Amino acid sequence: MNDTLLWLIPILPFAGFLVNGTLGRKLPRALVSTVALLATLLPALIVLKLWIFMKSAGAPDHFTLSGAPWIAISGFQVNFAFAIDHLTLVMLGIVTGVGFLIHVYSVGYMAEEEGYWRFFAYLNLFMFFMLVLVLASSFLLMFVGWEGVGLASYLLIGFYFKRDSAVNAGKKAFIVNRIGDFGFLLAMFLLIAHFGSLDFAKVFGQVDAAPGLTGGFLTAICLLLFVGATGKSAQIPLYIWLPDAMEGPTPVSALIHAATMVTAGVYMVARCHVLFDRSPFALAVVAIIGCATAFFAATIGMVQHDIKRVLAYSTISQLGYMFLACGVAAYEAGIFHLMTHAFFKALLFLAAGSVIHAMGGEQDMRKMGGLRKRIPITFYTMSAGVFAITGVPPFAAFFSKDEILYQTFLRGGTLGYALWFVGLVTAGITSFYMFRLWYKTFFGEPRFDEAALAHGHGGHDEDLAPVHAHRGSHATMVAEPEHDSGQAARSHGVHESPAVMWVPLAILAVLSLIGGWVGVPLAFGGHNEFEHFLGPVFNPAEHVAGHITARGPEFVLALTSLLAVAIGWYFAYVFYYRKPGTAAALAKRFKPLYNLLDHKYWVDEIYGRLIVSPLLGFSRVVLGGLVDGLIIQGTGATLGGSTRGLGWLTRRMQSGNIRSYAGWLALGAAAVIAIVLFVVHPASANSLTR
Amino acid sequence: MVPIAYYLILAAVLFSIGVCAFLIKRNVITIFMSIELMLNAVNLTFVAFAHMWHRIEGQIFVFFVMVVAAAEAAVGLAIIIALFRARQTLNVDQVNLMKD
Amino acid sequence: MELALFIIFGLLAVAGALNLLLQHHPINSALSLVVVMMSLAVLYWSLGAEFLAAAQVIVYSGAVMVLFVFVIMLLNAGEEDTSPSSRFSRAATIAGFPGAAAILCLLTFVFLSERDHLGGSPIGGYLTGAVNNIEVLSHTLFTSLLLPFEVTSILILVAILGAVVLARKEQ
Repeated sequence: MNDTLLWLIPILPFAGFLVNGTLGRKLPRALVSTVALLATLLPALIVLKLWIFMKSAGAPDHFTLSGAPWIAISGFQVNFAFAIDHLTLVMLGIVTGVGFLIHVYSVGYMAEEEGYWRFFAYLNLFMFFMLVLVLASSFLLMFVGWEGVGLASYLLIGFYFKRDSAVNAGKKAFIVNRIGDFGFLLAMFLLIAHFGSLDFAKVFGQVDAAPGLTGGFLTAICLLLFVGATGKSAQIPLYIWLPDAMEGPTPVSALIHAATMVTAGVYMVARCHVLFDRSPFALAVVAIIGCATAFFAATIGMVQHDIKRVLAYSTISQLGYMFLACGVAAYEAGIFHLMTHAFFKALLFLAAGSVIHAMGGEQDMRKMGGLRKRIPITFYTMSAGVFAITGVPPFAAFFSKDEILYQTFLRGGTLGYALWFVGLVTAGITSFYMFRLWYKTFFGEPRFDEAALAHGHGGHDEDLAPVHAHRGSHATMVAEPEHDSGQAARSHGVHESPAVMWVPLAILAVLSLIGGWVGVPLAFGGHNEFEHFLGPVFNPAEHVAGHITARGPEFVLALTSLLAVAIGWYFAYVFYYRKPGTAAALAKRFKPLYNLLDHKYWVDEIYGRLIVSPLLGFSRVVLGGLVDGLIIQGTGATLGGSTRGLGWLTRRMQSGNIRSYAGWLALGAAAVIAIVLFVVHPASANSLTR
Repeated sequence: MVPIAYYLILAAVLFSIGVCAFLIKRNVITIFMSIELMLNAVNLTFVAFAHMWHRIEGQIFVFFVMVVAAAEAAVGLAIIIALFRARQTLNVDQVNLMKD
Repeated sequence: MELALFIIFGLLAVAGALNLLLQHHPINSALSLVVVMMSLAVLYWSLGAEFLAAAQVIVYSGAVMVLFVFVIMLLNAGEEDTSPSSRFSRAATIAGFPGAAAILCLLTFVFLSERDHLGGSPIGGYLTGAVNNIEVLSHTLFTSLLLPFEVTSILILVAILGAVVLARKEQ
């Protein structure tokens, strides 16, 4: 396999970024799109070639691609190097494949936007960093990609930079990510201290060679790495940036906040499974937090009105599932779900974008309804996504989510069973809110004003009257629609999206259907090729026993989760289709609970009070007032002031009066004599003998 | 036998008196004369050292000091005359046109 | 005996200097300065510098001090003004006296501490070979220090010209 081709995988998007970033403003849109699309298509093709190569007989399971040395200090060395194994292949496939589809979609979606070139430049930049992250062979290079995707995310969330809420959301995302990155950094420091290297192969090799090495500092490293993962992958407690990130354009939400960037945390945990396997405590923490986040986010998603917010919370919830899988050491299941999730979540977001496009910028589900007949392609593709995410067989997530729940159950112990149960309930809630979205958007009577839409209701963010101007991160009960895309006001009402938009949707829908078929477990008559494919990476021999399953238990558990899904669907059907007023009535009955959910458990407010305000106060008073005002400015002022004072003093010597000059002369002469006699040539040492 | 130190101390005394006069007196000519006194004191020092070390360079230096002092006296007094013509006073406190 | 010579003329010199300090009229100060110069001439002679003693009398007291007296008489300088001095003059006194005292003390301290090293001075000719003072002086002056010697003659020329120009009446 040609080495240069492999280096091209990340380089091509970077080149796309450079071209579009520097020249894009002046280039015609067609050229910008071509550059951007090529910059993603070609890497996808190279990945395909790599895939074929790796699956061929005699190909190595993993290999490294060494580049130039980066840091080489005594004993500690980090190179620019790529490590490619089957896990990398899976991630590469997802990133380049789904990435390319989303790029195609964006050509249509962003067609009317100003800053078109900027969007594609940033998108390519993101691809570059994500690919570096996935291909990296050392923690440090992964961290470069890690930070880089955070940067790209900030740039893209704040794409509509004229909007305060978007800018704030971008800042929030970046800052919260930073907190996670701090954990990552500390973990890297510990790794250097204990293993003397940041290279994956070297660190994992050292751990493998010491079978008795468990707990202790390894737990610390794993927990710190997980802190980084919670930041990047939006788990408790650092998930708060993801809902706000919906301020960015919908393709951004699809690519970054559904399919790729947020999965970086899961990838990292899977990559470091060698470390996590040695620390049962860290694994338990990962599992508990993953499960708790899944449940927590699902409950919030139940009451959201903005279609994108629902999807955002569902992303957080599904990421929780992935971490749950990693936490019970079922890494293959986690990565499997990562893959299927990439398909259906990207599909859902892009389809939501299509809906929003059709509605001329409207995002509030309470103002939708009955779109099934108006935008059929979007309806069918989105339905595929809804079925996938809720776990209806034979769609993809049925197999992946089931695998996770099964592995959790297998783990056993009170923790295993408790987690399984919560996961089950969450699956039911997921089904409920996804079908709620489905019914509210596509079924029932239209709740919007067709005429108003025809006259171009909604529009560019610049057109927003001040009364719509923005609130930060609160989705209030009286949510004014947060107009995301500046879709030009169309004067022809609800309409289907152009081909450039629905073709990627269709492809993703197909993938959502068949994507799970590579992981069908034995219980259902499949061969679980996916698990075997990742086998060399995760060494199943060391994993939870009972991996090769009997048919019985898995079958029963699968039926149980299907039951949960059906219950959720039924409730959604009743609340939102049969008797549409039920939900509102329930909300009134259980007002406090509803309020709690609607305000997202007041987490943002709690953070604001507990963390942000004291920090702000500290910054203003101590750092701003004391350090900046007194010390730094004080030093400057003192220097200046003292120079002035000294000048004032010495000026008095220049009096114009001769005798005062004489006086100073005498004084000075005495001083000079004293210095010469006692300092320069000490008189006692002077030998005046002949 | 007079210790050389006594000559040197005498020169120091004369020098200090010269400095005092330089500072106290207000008449510009008197100030000038005190400068001459200081120069003489230094001359005495040089001669004393020349005697002590049996080298002639000390006396030669005194020779040159005398020459320069004479030239300086001539020019300085000419300046004082010009000053008197301009300001009609020999009081050094009133020669203060350069005061701020 | 040398000691007596030294003490008498030393005291005379100091007295003359003090008189210069304390007199009000500049002419009195000038004449005291002449006394100082003369006693210094004697002291030079006692230190074996006969030529310098003669030069001191001829050049310093005979020419420079005469010039001073002439200028005093020309300018009709009167008694010194004893009005209260300005702020700066007070500053001069305040700064100057300690300065002068400091110089005196420093120098005296140094010289006294080195007294033993300095040795004594037999009166008169300093070279055991009793070679003529003038001969040695002139020999050095016209051979190794010829250039400075010639330069000083130019210096005197410049000084003459300067004095003539500066003291000229405004035309």
